Amino acid sequence: MAETELDQVSGKTTTGHQWDGIKELNTPLPRWWVLTFYATIIWAIGYWVVYPAWPLLWSHTNGLINYSSRADVGVELANLEKIRGDKMVALGAASLEDIEKDPALLALARARGKAAFGDNCAPCHGSGGAGAKGFPNLNDDDWLWGGSLEQIQQTIQFGARSGNAKAHEGAMLAFGKDGILKKDEIVTVANYVRSLSGLPTSPGYNAAVGAKLFADNCSTCHGENGKGNQELGAPDLTDKIWLYGSDEATVIETITNGRSGVMPAWVGRLDPSTIKALAVYVHTLGGGR
Amino acid sequence: MSFWTRHQIFEKNSIILIAGILVVIAIGGLVEITPLFYLKSTIEVVDGVRPYTPLELAGRNIYVREGCYLCHSQMIRPLRDEVERYGHFSLAAESMYDHPFQWGSKRTGPDLARVGAKYSDEWHVTHLTNPRAIVPQSVMPGYPFLAKTELDPETIADHLRTNRAVGVPYTDEQIANAVADLKAQADPDNAGTDALTKRYPKAVIRNFDGKGGAPSEMDALVAYLQMLGTLVDFKLYNEKANLR
Repeated sequence: MAETELDQVSGKTTTGHQWDGIKELNTPLPRWWVLTFYATIIWAIGYWVVYPAWPLLWSHTNGLINYSSRADVGVELANLEKIRGDKMVALGAASLEDIEKDPALLALARARGKAAFGDNCAPCHGSGGAGAKGFPNLNDDDWLWGGSLEQIQQTIQFGARSGNAKAHEGAMLAFGKDGILKKDEIVTVANYVRSLSGLPTSPGYNAAVGAKLFADNCSTCHGENGKGNQELGAPDLTDKIWLYGSDEATVIETITNGRSGVMPAWVGRLDPSTIKALAVYVHTLGGGR
Repeated sequence: MSFWTRHQIFEKNSIILIAGILVVIAIGGLVEITPLFYLKSTIEVVDGVRPYTPLELAGRNIYVREGCYLCHSQMIRPLRDEVERYGHFSLAAESMYDHPFQWGSKRTGPDLARVGAKYSDEWHVTHLTNPRAIVPQSVMPGYPFLAKTELDPETIADHLRTNRAVGVPYTDEQIANAVADLKAQADPDNAGTDALTKRYPKAVIRNFDGKGGAPSEMDALVAYLQMLGTLVDFKLYNEKANLR
């Protein structure tokens, strides 16, 4: 190793390293940088002492302040309850009717309901509750399972065909797939169903046969006049609101293969006051009865 | 040569330098990684978590194949807003049979750790086929081919075996019946459904894609999505004993 020497041009000393006659100037790191580096090492030692850090044979060091991210989130959630405070408790205690009568509670329920709706209901019913094909619009006054506050709450809690013991049951039969009706009969009854809400029928359709088929097969659930039955979730066929579509092909498809849309039960997933808030929110979207 | 110039041995001999680097990294690994394998506190003791059923595992493989993890995480962190939105934070026990885990690191879409039972099968099928049919603002790509692609039952037993090789406690019985279980879970009328529930408690048996015939990839993926985060009963979970 060569000796260090003073470089005449730069005025710095060399490190003594030399490769093929090229010498290296000694340019040490700035003092502030070196001190910061040592400070981070000291900080790390402090961190080991204060926070959980070192794994041991059977456990790990817990640190002086016994930090736990899981305990922290518990505290945060408890604080959230406090911030929401008595009003949220009042919301849980009040009956659905009383919530709608009390402007302060109503505003709270609608705000809480709107947030919960966006997180949980919007994927199916749309962010504004307008629904999609197969997923009901919640803004209109057409209800499959009833549009009163209690009925809405019941539906949110237990769902429809959700597997929950208290869920709404009853499904549209698959009249074609299960061989209850023949193909031409289905076309006829589909035209009759369309005629109930004033939609045009295809040429050659026999209204009398359609009415007879409807009375024999459909009226048990949908009623003699096709007004539906909310006990069974059978929709009103006389209005212009169609869950799956009103064109002839879709109506034929519905009668052929049946329908049994599922709404999940929310009773274990959301707490009771949130479900109440959601019921009030949905009820006040426009169509509540 | 003084003590302070000994490092020149490393600087002048690349093989010795490499060996030195390996030793240093190995120490880091021994201290930081190895304890996770033996410390009891790493994985919570919970009831209910079981290995995936063959159909769920097939769905999981599709989830990995299609790169769902690139946009969806499966990790609810212990943070207030996440617990508020998605439910109880994820437990290590809930992904102890995941090889590889699907925690993800990016949320272009929402977290899926507790998406199970949150929406209907029909919603999943419609949404996977064309997300915008149902969520107009969605940027998720459609996967319409899943419903049209039949699931390949031939390889499923090997997937179970592979998982067993890396530590998932599949029994010989489960591996022997993998194909039967795969078909039974997507068909409520199948004679093998009782045996399936016995082998995999809480397994949900439904015609997930709403179509008859052999199970499709859609059946498998929806079966997987519908069980995510549903195995642990948080009413029975001991919150205090598992503070970390």
